[in-house]
Amino acid sequence: MMGILFKRELASYFSTPLAYIFIVIFLMLTQTFTFYMGGFFDRGQADLLAFFNFHPWLYLFLVPALSMRLWAEERKTGTIELLMTLPVTLQDAVLGKFFAAWVFLGIALLLTFPIWITVNYLGSPDNGAIVAGYLGSWLMAGGYLAIGSCMSAVTSNQVIAFILTVVICFLFVVTGFPMVMDTVSGWAPSSMVDAVASLSFLHHFNSISKGVLDLRDVVYFSLMIFSWLLATAIVIHMKKAN
Amino acid sequence: MIKIDKLSKQFGPFVAVDNLSFTVQEGEVLGFLGPNGAGKSTTMKMITGFLSPTKGKVTVCDYDIAQDALAAKRLIGYLPEGAPCYGDMTCASFLNFIAEIRGFQKVERKQRIQQVVEQLELQQVYHKSIDTLSKGFKRRVGLAQAIIHDPKVLILDEPTDGLDPNQKYQVRDLIKNLSQDKIVIISTHILEEVSAVCTRAMIIAHGKLLADGTPDELAAKSPHHKAVTLRIEKGEGALEALSELSQVSEVKEIDGGRALLVIPKPNQQVYSAVSELVQQRAWTVDELFVQKGHLDEVFRQITVGSVAP
Repeated sequence: MMGILFKRELASYFSTPLAYIFIVIFLMLTQTFTFYMGGFFDRGQADLLAFFNFHPWLYLFLVPALSMRLWAEERKTGTIELLMTLPVTLQDAVLGKFFAAWVFLGIALLLTFPIWITVNYLGSPDNGAIVAGYLGSWLMAGGYLAIGSCMSAVTSNQVIAFILTVVICFLFVVTGFPMVMDTVSGWAPSSMVDAVASLSFLHHFNSISKGVLDLRDVVYFSLMIFSWLLATAIVIHMKKAN
Repeated sequence: MIKIDKLSKQFGPFVAVDNLSFTVQEGEVLGFLGPNGAGKSTTMKMITGFLSPTKGKVTVCDYDIAQDALAAKRLIGYLPEGAPCYGDMTCASFLNFIAEIRGFQKVERKQRIQQVVEQLELQQVYHKSIDTLSKGFKRRVGLAQAIIHDPKVLILDEPTDGLDPNQKYQVRDLIKNLSQDKIVIISTHILEEVSAVCTRAMIIAHGKLLADGTPDELAAKSPHHKAVTLRIEKGEGALEALSELSQVSEVKEIDGGRALLVIPKPNQQVYSAVSELVQQRAWTVDELFVQKGHLDEVFRQITVGSVAP
């Protein structure tokens, strides 16, 4: 059942210009960040750190643009009534939509392969580390997406869903920054400071971008996805009652 | 059988459906009548499991929609209000998606789709994207989606809204042909539709059930039920003579005084008395017929009379 929903969702990305525009912008931005701001050539090292480093910031705006329509659009056009009265479980609907968007992001990410060819042409990088980086980046994108899914379920207005998602994702990115930590460390016990710091996307993506896929980071992003999808289902279920 | 038991739905302080109870048997085509905002759509949304009731219980063919949602939803075909469809899909891919969700395998899926496409005459728009279709075609795609699995229970929220008279006729025909052993619930505010397709009609206003019966029974509640209309070419003192008949409660001039409406006392017939009088007095009569009573009169009388609590 989830497979059918997944297929429909994924196909719907490509039946409108949305998919193509998104992919083109994503590719343009990754290249710009990597070569101009990341100083890919200046670093003189055969790795993709300059490429992966910017992903948390890139996803901050691009993933909400993708996720805002997940539920808000269904609510706006009324198709949610059709979907929820078909013999599908809420769980299938939430997962089907999420995986379709996640796989779509995966496709966009895979299309950055020229940079992998480039770095292999110029030197001899650790390709295992690059694969780990790609996997980690995709996993992190799933975290952003799950937050976006929940925010999209909260409202029928896509713009509001976008803004809410950006704000919440931004909070998850910047916790762990000194400016945030300073406000906490003044009064909170150190265990709590650590807890707040460990919630940060950046904190967990740091080692991933260097090509180290630590189990703790994988667990963190998986838990992130799971909890926000659970929240999505709860929000949709609550809307059913009023 | 659909059993609605003390169903209530509140949106904040607003009571949309208020303690509604009724059952619908196989073979019945039930028409929900009521002014806008009467709670028809909300009731349908609760029967189909899209909304959960504040209080009460809905059982669809022995499945509680809250407990066995999936089993109940498999039996139901539903056309939501406004016939929402995924606009970015083509009619073909949309129907294929619905048929897949309904669990049909390849060969049967093809057959089912072909059948509904023929039933609703969707051939010419089959490969077009739904966003580009006219309102009438969109509605028909929505109907096709609802009947593709030959559901035991069919719930249609304003199925003929936005269709032209020919299409309305077709859709009503379709509903009539479907409904031998099925349960059909339609909501409408087109009253002729109720007389045309429904075996039972319910009038709902402010979330309360105000009347329940066959369309004829409801029409009989009209004050003009069995009234006689008389168009007289030549006849002096007809008004007075008719008023003196023992069965008559009132005689009204209608149509700018060119015709008379003879309203009988409750449970009395006046036709034979009137026609006797016509013969006795040798009036020249153009028209003489018994009114059946109009549903819309009953509808107005019942729904306007009930003021919100």
